[in-house]
Amino acid sequence: MNVLEIRDLGVDYQSNSGAVHAVDGVSLDLRRGEILGLAGESGSGKSTLAHAIGRLLRPPAAITGGTVTYHRADGGAVDVLGLRGEELRAFRWAELAVVFQSAMNSLNPVSTVGAQIEDVLRIHRPTMKRNARVERSVELLQRVGISADRRRSYPHELSGGMRQRAAIAIALALNPEIVIMDEPTTALDVVVQRDILHEISALREEYGFAVVFITHDLSLLMEISDRIAIMYAGRVVETGAARALHDTPRHPYTLGLLRSFPRLHGPREELLGIPGTPPDLRALPPGCAFHPRCGQALPDCREISPSLRDGVSCLLNEGKGVR
Amino acid sequence: MRFLARRLGFYLLTAWAAVTLNFLIPRLMPGDPVDLLVARLKGNVDPAAVEAMKKAFGISDAGLWTQYVDYLGNLFRGELGRSITFFPTEVSTVIADSLPWTIGLVGVATLISYVVGTSLGVLMAWKRGTWLDGVLPAATFLHAVPYFWVALVLVFVFGSTLQWFPGSRAYGLEVTPGVTGDFLASVAYHATLPAVTIVVASMADRILGMRNVMVTTLGEDYVVMAEAKGLTSRRVMWAYAARNAILPNITSFALSLGFVVGGSVLTEIVFSYPGIGSMLLKGVENEDFPLMQGIFLVISLAVLVANLLADLAYVLLDPRTRQ
Repeated sequence: MNVLEIRDLGVDYQSNSGAVHAVDGVSLDLRRGEILGLAGESGSGKSTLAHAIGRLLRPPAAITGGTVTYHRADGGAVDVLGLRGEELRAFRWAELAVVFQSAMNSLNPVSTVGAQIEDVLRIHRPTMKRNARVERSVELLQRVGISADRRRSYPHELSGGMRQRAAIAIALALNPEIVIMDEPTTALDVVVQRDILHEISALREEYGFAVVFITHDLSLLMEISDRIAIMYAGRVVETGAARALHDTPRHPYTLGLLRSFPRLHGPREELLGIPGTPPDLRALPPGCAFHPRCGQALPDCREISPSLRDGVSCLLNEGKGVR
Repeated sequence: MRFLARRLGFYLLTAWAAVTLNFLIPRLMPGDPVDLLVARLKGNVDPAAVEAMKKAFGISDAGLWTQYVDYLGNLFRGELGRSITFFPTEVSTVIADSLPWTIGLVGVATLISYVVGTSLGVLMAWKRGTWLDGVLPAATFLHAVPYFWVALVLVFVFGSTLQWFPGSRAYGLEVTPGVTGDFLASVAYHATLPAVTIVVASMADRILGMRNVMVTTLGEDYVVMAEAKGLTSRRVMWAYAARNAILPNITSFALSLGFVVGGSVLTEIVFSYPGIGSMLLKGVENEDFPLMQGIFLVISLAVLVANLLADLAYVLLDPRTRQ
């Protein structure tokens, strides 16, 4: 049961030196209630993809093709990219909410935390009484571990972890089906990071929303996601269950990512990392975009751009990837 | 409260410094009004008459300290001495007669310019990339044009050539001052051109200032999040973006309010408006030190009060400044 289907989505940034394909022909499914991890280096297009799904792109970014279909719980399908004006406004937050990277910057500094939950309710639930709105915001804050008297606090009066919790509480205000989390823990220290991850898992269990979790930290994704998609140069190069990806990575890039951080348990392994630097999106190498950095590249990799087949886009071993 | 007390203390200290400088500067200058008068009469003055004049003008040969104490005492009683230009009228009476005209004209025009200019700046930032950007070159042009030039053009076009509006005086000769409809209508009619001058000449600053800050604010995460929340565009634009963008503009508004009292001298002169600016010109022409001193005192106090108001507004509008 998919709650969101992305097909062949393309996003370009228009620049003076031509269009930059930040997202190029991405197809992904998000199942109801799952946590889908989206990993990749900086500039791989993961945040652009998330913004495209949430219809938050601004010029010079523009969607160049593809579809995003949202399936309501009652079975109705919504063409997300086709939503206009009032329809789009009503769709936002009620069905799809976003938690941004830095809660320091994503909360309005001149408005209390409570007010920022309540204005969502006021716009989307016009019949809701003031008392009910206050009650709901207190309930949400308590649910993410913030005491009720903090409802009247301004963002600058809260710690980094509390702010991110508040941002999550705001995201859950309307019980959305999908929550996009764009590096929600990147700006936090590891202890707070862990608390927030537990909180997200627990909330997901309770409310049953699906999560698109974006991060560059693959080890963190392995822990909390059900499935993972790896992006490189605007394309999805490998998708699969978190476990399978961890045990048997099939794309050389995934393998490289997994070997670029040390394991705390298990046998010692050499840290290999990935040689080279992420490609310039304005001038991608021909063929597979990863081939200049790939240790196992074949002559064909310079010419043929592989497409995603059975969860991996790699020419090695007749399209099955490494091993 | 502690913050308020600290600010008040600071302003009292500044006011004392302004008053003291105001006392010292004329006394450090060589000569006094009576010497000038005597010089003008080529010395054919009876020494007794000189003494009498000095007494009448309130000039004493006492030590600086005694004079200073007397000066402060007189200030507390609201006595600023007698004007030489309008002898024997008290300086405080001259100021009290002209101040309402200036505050009425320049104050109202500054408010209009601020409200309209700020709103236009907000709109232009919100709709950047549309035809509204065409206002920018015009605003830059007006930004560079001095007040008196605008005033001269308006007097020439609408005052002399088209004769739509009167080009001088604050009210018509045919009405008697009083709270009557005729009189107020005449005042408004006569104030049109000078008010338009001030609005036109000062609005460009507001437009450009607000637009620039607003464009930066629109890129902030909390504005993107407000949009993602499905709030109405109007709410995103005003409650999230403009509400934050206006903070840096409060200071410049407060400064311009402070200069309401003394800042439009040239406009008043071009339109022969009986405000503080015209009085200051007359005072300078006649070397009327008591009058100039009084006007400078009022101007510096006005700037201080405006700054205090800005501080208070800041505390009200930006929770981060409250401690």
